[in-house]
Amino acid sequence: MTAATNFRTCPTTGLKIDRSAENLIKANAVVAVVFLLIGGLFGLSIALTRWPAVHLLPADWFYLALTAHGFDVLLAWIIFFEMAVLYFASAILLNSRIAAPRWGWAQFWLMLVGALMTNVAVLQGNSSVMFTSYPPLVAAPHFYLGLVLFAVGALIGCAVFFGTLVVARDEKTYEGSVPLVTFGAITAAIIAVFTLACGAIILIPTFLWSVGIINGVDPLMYKLVWWGMGHSSQQINVSAHVAVWYAIGAMVLGAKPISEKVSRMAFLMYILFLQLASAHHMLVEPGVSSSWKIFNTSYAMYLAVLGSMIHGMTVPGAIEAAQRAKGYNKGLFEWLRKAPWGNPAFAGMFLSLVMFGFLGGISGVVMGTEQINLIMHNTLYVPGHFHATVVAGTTLAFMAITYLLVPLIFRREVMFKKIAQWQPYVFGLGIAGISLFMMGAGTLGVPRRHWDITFADALSQFQFSPAAFLMLALNGLSAIMAAIGGAMYIVVVVCSVFLGRRIGDTEVVQLGPVSGAASAAAVARYGNEGTLKIPGTVVLVGVFFVSFVLYYFVNWKYLAEVWPLK
Amino acid sequence: MAIASPSAGWWKEPIHKVELIWIIVAFLWGIAMFFMMIYWHGVGSQNLSNEAYKTTPADYAAKVDKMTEAYTVRQEGAFPVVRPPPGSDVYMMGRVYMWWPMLELVKGETYRLHLSSIDLQHGFSLQPVNINVQVHPGYEMVLTLTPNQSGQFGIVCNEYCGFGHHTMTGRIYVVDKK
Repeated sequence: MTAATNFRTCPTTGLKIDRSAENLIKANAVVAVVFLLIGGLFGLSIALTRWPAVHLLPADWFYLALTAHGFDVLLAWIIFFEMAVLYFASAILLNSRIAAPRWGWAQFWLMLVGALMTNVAVLQGNSSVMFTSYPPLVAAPHFYLGLVLFAVGALIGCAVFFGTLVVARDEKTYEGSVPLVTFGAITAAIIAVFTLACGAIILIPTFLWSVGIINGVDPLMYKLVWWGMGHSSQQINVSAHVAVWYAIGAMVLGAKPISEKVSRMAFLMYILFLQLASAHHMLVEPGVSSSWKIFNTSYAMYLAVLGSMIHGMTVPGAIEAAQRAKGYNKGLFEWLRKAPWGNPAFAGMFLSLVMFGFLGGISGVVMGTEQINLIMHNTLYVPGHFHATVVAGTTLAFMAITYLLVPLIFRREVMFKKIAQWQPYVFGLGIAGISLFMMGAGTLGVPRRHWDITFADALSQFQFSPAAFLMLALNGLSAIMAAIGGAMYIVVVVCSVFLGRRIGDTEVVQLGPVSGAASAAAVARYGNEGTLKIPGTVVLVGVFFVSFVLYYFVNWKYLAEVWPLK
Repeated sequence: MAIASPSAGWWKEPIHKVELIWIIVAFLWGIAMFFMMIYWHGVGSQNLSNEAYKTTPADYAAKVDKMTEAYTVRQEGAFPVVRPPPGSDVYMMGRVYMWWPMLELVKGETYRLHLSSIDLQHGFSLQPVNINVQVHPGYEMVLTLTPNQSGQFGIVCNEYCGFGHHTMTGRIYVVDKK
């Protein structure tokens, strides 16, 4: 090992930590949080504009804010944070030095320059083309160039991650197979390569078109390839946040997967069965056949959905098994009642799990059904769905693990413990409201990306039902609540990182009920959970399944009421 | 633990029975959802069109104009209201910022509704029926549609098409058969 002096040993976990990996994690996480702040403020202003009684922004600012919101939170916040997760899951969890730290910094700076360039283009006002930038709508050239630089930076980050895996294997920094969390991160990184390549493949010609070198970009082809980035990147998020669920379960409760084999297979399904995810965005397009749509959205058996449904059992199952092993054996749910709900890492993780499954997962499958998409496409139902997956699922999970990264990586004690304790609930409830009320408005036909559903300036009038207006008002209130939750997170994290009490080099941090000696014992017993019973999880999963089936058929019923067409 | 390497031989451990049952149930459910889409193509009345053609904005606009000239029954503000014969090909054109022209259809009759755009992408959203279809320039989609309610229906644009997007509307009237 060439750079042994650059390591420190973590007194809490016993892991050897490469300081250059640690610095990269810090830099990416800090920038991620800054973009969360900016993008979150844009999001709040959008929700307050949609609320008819408030109608905050003028139309051009609304569309500008919507474009910026999409980029800053869906790409910048999440991908910067994912870079931190990749470095954490490779160098840190594998006790390894990071491969090519200079390339790691190239990743960081390229992504930062790209993100700033795209933001500048949007703020200049002539690139309000939405995050999706569908041609023939055209943005300023540096809008696309920024996106391309950002994608190239992220690809370099993936390469550094893969390099680190090779280094760790060569230098035998771990024994046997990689940990499950690292396996999940590998899944995320493999999907990321496909995703970012799709982005580059379509955005480079679009950039050339915007500067006049080529004549045009076919709008249908653009959509097909662009969503290879736009949708598949959400599978990076799913893989990353599922890995984070497992990590938090392990670090806070000492939870072990019920079966390593099953959990890894479930991750593998994401890689194998998600790749034509862009088909979900082509369900009501001209020129795409029904058989193509039906096959490519399901691959005949919905195996990617199966992957998530498996994690939906194994994550709470692992937690139940760990809790029962500690003696919480009374009845079906003592393990859940006595879970550390006051620990924001655990609370955020569990809320993320529940909301991702019930709100995001079910609505996504229903909306991705060929015929049902007809009554939902481009309505507010769509953002309702993906706020449940990306915000309640991914963002909340990332927020939750921050409460562990602050003491472990930034070596600072989390400040304002009370605020931190309430944060996942305030944010989670706000996001649940945003998702549900947008889905409700969408069911009533309210369009997404729309400044004024009263159509005051339109040439012909149409009136939505009063219920639609109520939904938008409730959405605005929920957004305020989520913004408060987001602000609580940022205040706690920023203050802790810069002003929190420094944690000494030998000081052990209490991550959860199992920290210290118990945690070491848990590590010693790692492996499969064997024959433990998980009846509580079976009940939870049963409730989920019944809700899924009912909601699925209710939507077929809605569809059947629409004018006959073929 | 999920953050540590699993013990050797983890791939030989038997799968927990509860997990196995759940995998089978979830797998069967996936198959059921797949066949539901196919089943609906057989028995359902709401299916997406597989009929589409390449076109150009000029060609498409010409077809729209031809229909409008032949069958306009009245003028409503900026819009002609067109009443094409039942069973015929009817055209709706998306452009910044209107759905052109207004149509008057007869309840219970079937029409071949053509949709295209002459500039940007638009979203054809018929409300409150809630039929939502993406409209691309250069592509002409044909929906075979049978209105089964009478009244006045709004068309909203639900694909962003510039700063006037929220002013893009249109209308379809459905009248009872006389």
